[in-house]
Amino acid sequence: MPEQPPAERPMQTFQSPQIQFDGRQCVLTGDWILAALKPRLIRLRAWLLLHGKSTETWNLTQVRHIDTFGALILWRAWGQKPPDILLLGPQHESAFQRVRSVAGQVFPPERIDWLLPIVSIGNAALGLGSHLLDFARMLGMIVVEAARLFIEPRSIPLKEFSAALYKTGAQAMPISALVGFLIGIVLSYLSALQLRNFGADALIINILGVGIIRELGPVLVSILVAGRSGSAITAQLGVMRVTEEIDALAAMGVSVHQRLVWPKVLAMAIAMPLLVLWTSVAALAGGMLAAQMQLEIDWRFFMLSLPHVVPVQNLYIGAAKGVIFGVAIALIASHFGLRIRPNTESLSRNTTSSVVAAITAVILLDAVFAMLTRGIGVPLR
Amino acid sequence: MSPPEILVEMREVCTSLGGHWVHQNINLQVERGNLLALVGGSGAGKTTLLREMIGLQATTLGEVRLFGEGLNDGHRAARAARRRRVGFLFQQGALYSALTLFDNIAFPLREVGGLLEDEIRTLVLSKLELVELKPQHASLMPAQLSGGMIKRAALARALALEPELLLLDEPTAGLDPDRSAGFVELIRGLHASLGLTVVFVTHDLDTLSALANRVAVLAERRILAVGDLNGIRSVEHPFIQNFFRYRAAVNELPEE
Ligand SMILES: Nc1ncnc2c1ncn2[C@@H]1O[C@H](COP(=O)(O)OP(=O)(O)OP(=O)(O)O)[C@@H](O)[C@H]1O
Ligand SMILES: [Mg+2]
Repeated sequence: MPEQPPAERPMQTFQSPQIQFDGRQCVLTGDWILAALKPRLIRLRAWLLLHGKSTETWNLTQVRHIDTFGALILWRAWGQKPPDILLLGPQHESAFQRVRSVAGQVFPPERIDWLLPIVSIGNAALGLGSHLLDFARMLGMIVVEAARLFIEPRSIPLKEFSAALYKTGAQAMPISALVGFLIGIVLSYLSALQLRNFGADALIINILGVGIIRELGPVLVSILVAGRSGSAITAQLGVMRVTEEIDALAAMGVSVHQRLVWPKVLAMAIAMPLLVLWTSVAALAGGMLAAQMQLEIDWRFFMLSLPHVVPVQNLYIGAAKGVIFGVAIALIASHFGLRIRPNTESLSRNTTSSVVAAITAVILLDAVFAMLTRGIGVPLR
Repeated sequence: MSPPEILVEMREVCTSLGGHWVHQNINLQVERGNLLALVGGSGAGKTTLLREMIGLQATTLGEVRLFGEGLNDGHRAARAARRRRVGFLFQQGALYSALTLFDNIAFPLREVGGLLEDEIRTLVLSKLELVELKPQHASLMPAQLSGGMIKRAALARALALEPELLLLDEPTAGLDPDRSAGFVELIRGLHASLGLTVVFVTHDLDTLSALANRVAVLAERRILAVGDLNGIRSVEHPFIQNFFRYRAAVNELPEE
């Protein structure tokens, strides 16, 4: 290559590779190593394509270093065989040896599976089946483990349970209160604008009361918790799979379901209704504030009339939803966590699926709830 | 002849981890062409020292120079280029679990850019051959490999760019004796043909005596001694004497 390299990094410790060509013979000098070749690769390839096969004599004795890549690029230029006359120092033979020894080898060809489209449809269906099967199996294991804990109360994982309660419950309080409060303000403000048109100002208490306690509180908290704790459960189980901790537990005869899944399900069942209550209170407080400012409804009046216009059944429904949703989230998160294969790709895919599935499940369950409880707690006049 | 080129230089390095001093005033130089064995008890801070050499971990005090430059010298590209001159074999392999064995080894080659897929395939094949893995293993995921295969795959990845300096954390742990010997041969061959410089941590006396042309002993938070194997063995220090006492235990087994 007649080109002089541009004055590059001063730290460069290699000599740039050069080719001196006199029409019949190529004399190579410098370092034929990847780092040195890289900046000149395009030009070099073009040159070699032009002269590689037609030149008979290659003198490599003045090359300082050559690595496998350097040897490979020459080897390919020569058409996968040595040129007619090759002058090579003994210290450089091993690089060519390495290239030559893998010359015939190929990776086993990837089999093209013509049935793949059909198989993948089938797999999708079976995948659903395997999810259901795994889920059922996990439920069964949890029930069995719970039963065993009755016989053997010593092995109740109290520490794990209280840690889960703290993490999913107590630590979620600030964020759920903040979100609830803000949603309450927005909801109240928007409703107030409409209600004022009809002069039905006082109805704001009914709307907010029933809407938040029965519907918005549980769903809002569930979505927050699915994103927060659901993903954490899945990721934890997944990392434990990747680092073989799950196997270590099994090797010690400790059931994963008993030690990891069961406490989380129970903790969610207890923490969620409380969180629902807490968030509903925050949302009502936000609504009350907005009503005071927008409609000049006195907060004392708001508080006093709330119990009259919102039947207490709504509170029970809200709490029941909390329990059911919480259990659903914990089960789904654990299910996906336990399905993770030991690689990071599977970990991220399952964590995403876990959150999506949990939120979808919560909304489906909410619809079921709405149908089952349509006669309860709604004052009909 | 010009003085030997110093690839790694650690000056007065002190490291504090979790409130404990792991290293105190470590001075160590790795010259080009060294096959430097780093030995020391478990938890002596060998892994930490290797990581500090390429800046994966910061030293608390002191200075590390790699290829004659400070670890943070130069721009991002220069720092990356400097890192590429070093191959690192992690103690646990650290293969990318989401990539196949092939893609793991091809990864550093692809990072360089400008290589044809065909060339990458040949280079990966040659690296697989170096570490005695078979082409049909190439499509396996790391989780499907045995412990020894992980070690060899990780070594193949460390060798992918044929670096000038190779840092190996317990390369022969988990290999059968035959493969350990093969590994020693491999490194010796690369040392001869590529002028490779190697720093390796090992607890295996056979690997040590077969491969090292220099030995550094790390104990009591400092480098106790550096020198050739015979020189080290004659150092009067309880740790060193203990360390080498177990050598050749196999030869002394009573014959049946
Ligand atoms: N991130 C960390 N925080 C606190 N202490 C650490 C950390 N990493 C390592 N250590 C401590 O530093 C010491 C040295 O660890 P290092 O991994 O370097 O040991 P090693 O010599 O490689 O041991 P081995 O031969 O067992 O691999 C150990 O005592 C370890 O507990
Ligand atoms: Mg270590």
